[in-house]
Amino acid sequence: MVYPKADSVGITRTKYFTIQDRILLESGREFGPLQVAYETYGTLNDKKDNAILLLHALTGDAHAAGYHSEEDKKPGWWDDMVGPGKAFDTNKYFVISSNMLGGCSGTTGPCSINPETGRPYGLDFPVITIEDAVKVQKKLIDFLGVKRLIVAGGSMGGMQALEWSIAHADMVEAVIIIASTSRLTAQGIAFNAVGRNAILSDPDFNNGDYYDKEKQPERGLAIARMVGHITYLCEESMHNKFGRRFQDKDKPNFDFNIDFQVESYLEHQGQVFVDRFDANSYLYITKAVDYFDLAQKHGSLKQAFEKTKARFLVMSFTTDWLFPTSQSKEIVQALIKAGKDVSFCEIESPCGHDAFLLEFETQTKIVKSFLAKGAQGE
Amino acid sequence: MNNPQESLHLNYSVITEYIEPYSRVLDLGCGEGDLLKMLIEKKHCTGSGIEIDQNNVIASIQKGLSVVQGDIDEGLKEFLEDEYDYVILNQTLQSTEKPDYVIEEMLRVGKKVVVSFPNFGYWRVRFYLFFKGRMPKSKMLPFCWYDTPNIHLLTIEDFFDFCKERSIKVEKQVYIKRGKISRNPFTRLFTNFLCEEAIFLIQK
Repeated sequence: MVYPKADSVGITRTKYFTIQDRILLESGREFGPLQVAYETYGTLNDKKDNAILLLHALTGDAHAAGYHSEEDKKPGWWDDMVGPGKAFDTNKYFVISSNMLGGCSGTTGPCSINPETGRPYGLDFPVITIEDAVKVQKKLIDFLGVKRLIVAGGSMGGMQALEWSIAHADMVEAVIIIASTSRLTAQGIAFNAVGRNAILSDPDFNNGDYYDKEKQPERGLAIARMVGHITYLCEESMHNKFGRRFQDKDKPNFDFNIDFQVESYLEHQGQVFVDRFDANSYLYITKAVDYFDLAQKHGSLKQAFEKTKARFLVMSFTTDWLFPTSQSKEIVQALIKAGKDVSFCEIESPCGHDAFLLEFETQTKIVKSFLAKGAQGE
Repeated sequence: MNNPQESLHLNYSVITEYIEPYSRVLDLGCGEGDLLKMLIEKKHCTGSGIEIDQNNVIASIQKGLSVVQGDIDEGLKEFLEDEYDYVILNQTLQSTEKPDYVIEEMLRVGKKVVVSFPNFGYWRVRFYLFFKGRMPKSKMLPFCWYDTPNIHLLTIEDFFDFCKERSIKVEKQVYIKRGKISRNPFTRLFTNFLCEEAIFLIQK
C-alpha cells in the first residue's frame, strides 16, 4: 500500500446495514430481509446535505476508495477520484458507496443464505432491476440520515444515478452521468446475452446451485468476463496494448493454445474475475442492465426527466462503442427538451468504455467545477 | 489597427447592451464562455452555451457555466420554439456549414437573435485582395485560405439582403469601425466599406 498519501482516504472498512422489512420489487415480488455493504468517506454535515452517492459499474463493490489494510496493494475502484482534494473531495463531502442488490460483495445477492432454506438463494433469488437497486440504496441513505445528495456513476452506475434523479427527485440536487445510457443498445444486450449463455451452458453451473459443489461454473464466468472485456476496450486500445504480438515468443504454435498476447490477456482477466465474482450475480446484474429503459417506462425520455429537479453533468468518451456518445447525447437532448440544467462533454480518449475509470484527470477538472457551481449557489 | 482582444471586448459590450436584464440566453459557439459569464454577472441572465471544442467546453464548465458540447450545424432540434429570449451567435456565423439553417433555427428557438460577424466588405479586406491578389488576412481574419474555419464569409450588405429575402426584421445594428463602436453614422454603402465588424439584433 502507498500509505499514508495526503490525498488518500487511508484505511477504510466495509460496513453492513440490514433492512429488516421486505421491499416490493419491480417484478411484483416481495423480498427481504436484506443486507447492504457500504463504505463512507468524509463527514456528513449538520444540515445532512453534503452527501455524494457513488454508484458502481457492473462488477464493482462498496470499496470505492482507500485501502482495506496496511498490506493492501490495490485501492478502491474509484480511488483516483475520491479523497481529500480530489474530484469527490472528502474534505467537503460525505461520500457513500454501496454494493448493488444482487451483487456478491456483501450486499444480499444470489450467493447469500436464504433464511427460509438455510442454503444460498441461487436461482431462487428474484430477478431484480435498476429500480430495485435504487430502492435498496434509498433505505441506506435514509438510515445514514442524509437529506439531500448528489449522485454519480459510470456505466451501470450512471443508469442508477438517472433512476435516482427521477425516483427521488426531491432529494437529488445534482447528477453526474459518465459513459452511460438511458437504455442499452441491442448490441449491448447481445454481448450480455453471450456472457449469460457462457455461464448457463457451463456443465458445472448446475442450474445455479453450485455453491457447495466441488466445481463452480468457472469457465463460463471467465468467458463471460472475456466477452465483457472486449466491449470495455476498443480497436485502438487493443492495438496499442497488444497489437498482433505473440505471447512470450516470436512465432506461432500451430495449435490451439494461447498464441497471441491479446488471448493471454483475456484469459488472465477471465481467471482473475472468477476469484472475485459470482456467476449467478453476473446473470442477475446483466439482466437488470438489459431491462433498464427509461423511455419505455415513462413514455419518453423527456417525460422521464420532467420529474427531476437536479442539474446534470453528462460525459462520454470518443472511443466508447458500448455506451457511445450518441446515447449520452440522447440523454442530454431529452434533458434540454424537459428544460433541465445540463452540461455535456465528450472526452477525447483512446481507452474505449474503460476510459471512465482511467481518464481521471480530465474528469476531475470537469467534476470539480460542476460540484463547485452547486456550492456557490447555496 | 486594433488588437483582436479589444475588439472582442467591444462586441461583448455591444451584445451586453442589446440584452435585457434577467433574460434567458443561449450562446451558440460560446468558446470559453466569457460572454455568457458576463451576461450572467452583469445582466443577471440565465442560460447556457453550445460549443464544439472539448477544451472550450471544459473551460466554460470551469467558469461555472452550463455548456453542452455539440455542433450547431446539426440544428437546435432539442430546443423548443421561443424557449430563449435571446440566441447569440458571436463571430461564428461565417464558420458554420449551413449559415441559413443555423439562423432559421436561432429564430425559431429565440424570441430575438444576436448575430455578429467580420465584414468581408471592409475596405482593408477589399484592398488586400485588389492589390495583393491573395486571400485577405487581417487580425480578424488571420487564417490562410487552406486552414481557415471561415468558410462562409459575408459582407454587411449580404446580410441585409439575406434578412430582406427571408422577411427577417433587423431591429438594431451596431458596427465596429477601426476598433471603435459606430452606431450607423453613414449610409449603408459606406458602412459596408468602412466597418470591420457588424453586430445585428434580428427577429422573426
